[in-house]
Amino acid sequence: MTTKDATYNYAIRLGDNALILGHRLSELCSRGPILEEDLALTNVALDMIGRAQALLKYAAELEGKGHTEDDIAYRRAEINYHNHLLIEQPNGDFAHTIARQLYLSVFEYLFFTELEKSKDATLAAIASKTIKEVKYHMQHAIDWTLRLGDGTVESHKRMQKGLNDLYMYTGELFEMDHIDTYLLHQHIAVDTLSLKAKWQSEIEKVLTEATLSLPEDTYMQTGSKKGVHTENLGHILSEMQYLQRAYPDAKW
Amino acid sequence: MVTVDLNTQDVYNLIAGIPDPEIPVITIKDLGILRDVKLVDDTYTVTITPTYTACPAMGMIEDQIKEILSNHGIDKVKVELTYTPAWTTDWLSQEAKAKLKNYGIAPPNHSSCTKLFSTAEVVVCPQCNSRHTSLISRFGSTACKALYKCDNCKETFDLFKCH
Ligand SMILES: [Zn+2]
Repeated sequence: MTTKDATYNYAIRLGDNALILGHRLSELCSRGPILEEDLALTNVALDMIGRAQALLKYAAELEGKGHTEDDIAYRRAEINYHNHLLIEQPNGDFAHTIARQLYLSVFEYLFFTELEKSKDATLAAIASKTIKEVKYHMQHAIDWTLRLGDGTVESHKRMQKGLNDLYMYTGELFEMDHIDTYLLHQHIAVDTLSLKAKWQSEIEKVLTEATLSLPEDTYMQTGSKKGVHTENLGHILSEMQYLQRAYPDAKW
Repeated sequence: MVTVDLNTQDVYNLIAGIPDPEIPVITIKDLGILRDVKLVDDTYTVTITPTYTACPAMGMIEDQIKEILSNHGIDKVKVELTYTPAWTTDWLSQEAKAKLKNYGIAPPNHSSCTKLFSTAEVVVCPQCNSRHTSLISRFGSTACKALYKCDNCKETFDLFKCH
């Protein structure tokens, strides 16, 4: 493995996280519970698509085969996608969506704060841009966690259920495989393992204030770094890639 | 064939006045989107930076830069996108902030207000200057705006978020 190959894979993983979450959140366009939330969730989706574009463009450059970021986004099979399993989970009800946003945005805040120090100048630049946006996403998720958790009996119940249902997908956020380790030694990648304790304490702090509780330890799902996904990703791709597959190189 | 005798400062001045596609009262120079113009060999290389990563105006701004320069006989133009240093609303001049306010958009405070969990910032109503305003939505009609309402004159207005 060369540094270039490893960095390509790393950029793909980060790009896929942004792309698939952007797609998931865009499903809520015109379906938000209130107009303001419709705007909020689609604004977050837009930030994600921008981030995906930057990262996949960089991946295409590293690959050096003349592909564009669109080729990379729309012409890979499911097994070649490496987004976290948490990200491809369905939106569920609003509390479920917020639970996913909370787990993820707190993780991303810690992650991109570290990636900003990466020796890879492009990744560091994208991280410095991303971190400002992530703060906003995190604040949004925390606000709603507090409102729903400390709200009515029904909203509390649903928020706790969302947190419980998704908890088994959070272990994967902190996994390090051979690519991560290789790039960590070169001060390019982030040591995600070292973020776990901090993440847990940040999440716990919010949940306590929201009168919610951190779900109990459970068996953690894994697979995305090897391209093994839940059934949800296939459904996302069949919709997202339909046009490019039915009409390759379509232009309008 | 137009004879071109322009230096990089001339080129900069030609494109500095391009209005932001979403807030046409301020220019790409006012906003700090236009970073630099360089002459590399025989090609003018214009560096721009997006306000937000997904700013949909970047493509349009690139087209306008090329069109304006082409109209002045300059066809060898390259527009490059940079993410670093990351764009901040601190780059907006006082003049740009005044233009925003006149347009009905509350200008951004200093970016230190984006500190996590800081107490809510005071946003002044661009219509009546009241400080009694409240947040309706952190996210507005474009990535760079949030939605507020004035408790005094009862008007709703956009805040250009500090970033
Ligand atoms: Zn007012």
